[in-house]
Parts: sequence; structure tokens; C-alpha cells
Amino acid sequence: MIVAPQKARFTEPLKLTGGALLPEFEIAYETYGELNAARSNAVLVCHALNASHHVAGSYANDPENIGWWDNMVGPGKPLDTERFFVVGNNYIGSCFGSTGPTSPNPATGKPWGADFPVVTVEDWVAAQARLADHLGIERFAAVMGGSLGAMQALQWALSYPARVRNSIVIAATPRLSAQNIAFNEVARQAIMTDPDFHGGHYYERGVVPVRGLRIARMIGHITYLSDDAMMEKFGRTLRRSALGFDFGADFEIESYLRHQGDKFSTYFDANTYLRITKALDYYDPATDFGGDLSAAFARAQADFLVVSFTSDWRFASARSREIVRALLDNRRVVSYLEIDAPQGHDAFLMDDARYFGALRAYFRNIAL
Amino acid sequence: MTESETIARWVSPGARVLDLGCGDGSLLGQLWRIRQAPGYGVEIDDAKVLACIRNDVNVLQMDLEDGLAAFGDQSFDYVILSETLQAIHRQEPLLKEMLRVGHEAIVSFPNFGYWRARIQIAIAGHMPVSKELPYQWYDTPNVHHCTLVDFEALCAKLNFKVLERLVLTDGQPVATLPNLLGSLAVYRVSA
Repeated sequence: MIVAPQKARFTEPLKLTGGALLPEFEIAYETYGELNAARSNAVLVCHALNASHHVAGSYANDPENIGWWDNMVGPGKPLDTERFFVVGNNYIGSCFGSTGPTSPNPATGKPWGADFPVVTVEDWVAAQARLADHLGIERFAAVMGGSLGAMQALQWALSYPARVRNSIVIAATPRLSAQNIAFNEVARQAIMTDPDFHGGHYYERGVVPVRGLRIARMIGHITYLSDDAMMEKFGRTLRRSALGFDFGADFEIESYLRHQGDKFSTYFDANTYLRITKALDYYDPATDFGGDLSAAFARAQADFLVVSFTSDWRFASARSREIVRALLDNRRVVSYLEIDAPQGHDAFLMDDARYFGALRAYFRNIAL
Repeated sequence: MTESETIARWVSPGARVLDLGCGDGSLLGQLWRIRQAPGYGVEIDDAKVLACIRNDVNVLQMDLEDGLAAFGDQSFDYVILSETLQAIHRQEPLLKEMLRVGHEAIVSFPNFGYWRARIQIAIAGHMPVSKELPYQWYDTPNVHHCTLVDFEALCAKLNFKVLERLVLTDGQPVATLPNLLGSLAVYRVSA
């Protein structure tokens, strides 16, 4: 499937949760399949930390660049683009085409950098609603995401209850735990204490806080895999013929993390990383309801599919069951899958027959 | 009369139903069609969970042995445990949980006191294998068999009221000597 990224520009200012006003913004997006005449077959796919609007297919001029959820989305795939009109989008504050810290600040003509406001999951969803208006989609057949993308799928059902028929919430949590926030803070500290960070004004100095980004990514990767999956994949296998008795990479796992860190630091923006982790930390739809998640979900009208993975210790199954409990308290139509998969948090990206089979069946039952 | 017809007759129209060990969701589908009773199923088996989703039945993949913490007090009219009781390791806490979550519980199980089962043990000297109990002793999901007498004694111990009982053999109601002549028992109980 050959696809092409597009951009939509919005000139009406967006009031952000934190109080700032984003005077104008762009959203990078891709679409797959055809919007039907009734405009009833649109599905919004939301991405997690480091992914983008490039959900499926590949580009004509870059055939190796395959979308991050290409196993899930496409012709004949569980989210079948022969039947659904799928919209991938890059949320604001990211660094893959939508307006973010690397974009020009209209007030100065220079990149926003450190001055780009902190945005929230609610802000992302509000911006996505503008994209839906732009595409002529009044109501999504489904909004779907994994991890941080799942928070957006949840928030859609709360911010725009009448505009979502199905919310598909995978490897989610209704709010970060203290441990989740702790990992994010270590990642942020790694970036902010990098001498090349310059308080976020590193673009004009022509440097990148590579060391901080590397460490942030290494920490992230540890939390994406289960202990078992990491042991299975790397064990204590040595990288070199014998222990070096120095501080080079002795073990495969060290080499893997270094490689992931290096790769990430070449394409990801440090200011974006800080903002996304803050958006994760801040997300808690129960805040305005005295911590009562069931009360928070009272306004939801969508049907829900919630999926968790038993080996996910970052957003454990118990967190998904909190969401299910809140939905049951409100008598929402909900199904919940707890997939006994070994990979950890990353399992939501893997082609597991039980997981994909259920998604396929669920989408088939969505009437258009 | 089948077990599911019995249950459908007992469940009042529009009642909220929770079906524990719901299999492919066929009972819930039937209750929705016949009684417009919305419900949720609980199932642990991957293939059965998938079947429920295919059948457009709300299913929650959870282990009954972990209890019913996902469900609020008195949040259902009926909590159903259909031919699953004998496969549960800890029946007493689950039965209590069922009546915490539901106003009434509907429980069915194969009667181990059925004469064919008794004969297989008493005369042939081996564990019963039958239409209702199709498993060999070494390869069965069932862990705790009981008879009508046993179940009613447990209800008495837990202070549960038996509101209704139907005993069936080959789809026919059994009125006389039910603990001997009935192969399947269906109970409706409340706290």
C-alpha cells in the first residue's frame, strides 16, 4: 500500500489546558481506504511516544519506511482499509510534522524550542477534533490506540462523547503510577542535565542533547519489555569473546540499549520528549471528579474494547481492569481481553493471533 | 426443556445479567433475544473469548478464581454460573461473591448423585463418564463434584435461600427422587 503524508493547517487559536494559546497549528496525517458516502466508516488511530501519523503502508519514494502499525492496519488486516477509512495523525508537540517545538513560532519566526507550551492528552484530542472537522467526519466509527495512544482513545470518549461510536483502548492506564512518573522524570533529567540542552534553546546553537536523549530512550526501552522477554532475547550473552574488565559493552543487552539510544537521538527531538512525558504524567481523567474514575466516565457514550497484556508491567493489566470497572459502573457496552503474551508493554505492537483475531472480529461487528 | 430455556424463563425482561464462565456467549445471546436482558460474560479461555466477540456479546477475560472485584455490590439482577461450579477450586468464596454482586444467583451443575454415576462407581468401580461428565478422571477441568444434597447443604451453611430448583434428565424435568434420577440441577438462590 503506497501512501502519502498530508498536512492540515488550522488558523483559529487553540486554547490549551495549561492556559497558553496556540495561535495556529498544523497536523500531519495520512489516510487509508475511502470515506463512505454516509461518512460512517472513519477510524482514528492515535500513536504513542515515538511513532507518528505514518501508521501503515510505505512511501513511493521511501519503500523501506513502513508504517508503525502496518501489521494491524491495511487491506485485509484486522483494521481492514477495504472497509474502513483510517486516519493516522501526529499529535501537536511531536516532531514528525505536526506543530511542535521544532516548528517556527509565528511571533519570532524562529523555532519555538523551549517556548513551546506543555500540551496535554486533552489538547491533542481537541486538535484531532479540528482535523476530523477538516476531513468532514462528524462521528468516528472507532478511535483506537495503544499505550499513550490508548489514553487519546479514552479521552475522545470523554471530550467528544457523541463523536465516537467505539473506543479501542490497548495496553492502557487511566493514570500513571508513581513508578511510571519516576521513570519519566529520570528520562527528563537525563535530557535537561545534558550540557547540550541549553534550557531547550539548543537549535540556535546547532547542537542536540544526544547524551540525554540516548539515556532517556534506554530507560524507556527497559520499561517496554518484560523481564522474561529481555532474558529470552538477550540472556547474559556476551557481545565480545570474553569479559573485558573495562566499561565497554560486555553484554548483548548493553549493546542493544546503546544502539536504540543512538538511533533515537538521531531522529527524536528532546523538547518533544520532555513534553510528551509530561502529558503522560498529567493525564488523569478522574482529577476533576475527586479521583472517582467511574464518575469521570459517566459522560461516555461509546462502546469500548479494552485490551491488556499480562506481562506488561509498565501499564499492568490491573490498570486496564480499573478502566473496565469504571465502564461497568456506568453500564457501558464493554469487552475486555487480557492477553497472556510474554513481550511486555511492546506486546501491543506484535502480531498475536488471539489479540489480532479479537480486533478483527470486533471491527467486523461494527455496523457501517 | 433445556437448561438455557429454564434460565431464560427465570430471568425477568430487561434484567441485568452477569454470566460467569460464559463460553461462546450463547446463553447471553439468548437472554438478549428472548428477554432483552443486557449482560456481560466472564470467560478465561482465549478461544471462547474470541467466540463471544464474534457473537457480539460483551465478554470480560478474567479468572473466576480471582473473585469478582471488577463488579460493584448488587450491580446485577442475576449472576449465572452455568455448569461451571464443578470446575471452580474455591466454591464458597465465589458463591458469596455472586450474591454480593447480584440480587440473585442462578447455579447449575451435573448431579454426581445421578443413578448412572452411582452405578459406575458402586458397581463398575470407576469414576463416572457420561454425556454430562464426558471426561476421564485424569483429564478433566472438573475438580469438585457435588450432588443436590451437597449443594443444598452448602446453601444452608451460607444462609442462602433456594428460591427455585429445576432438575433435568435428557431435557425432561424430574419430579421424583431428583437426587437419584436427575442428571442436571439448576438453582435460583438469594442471600
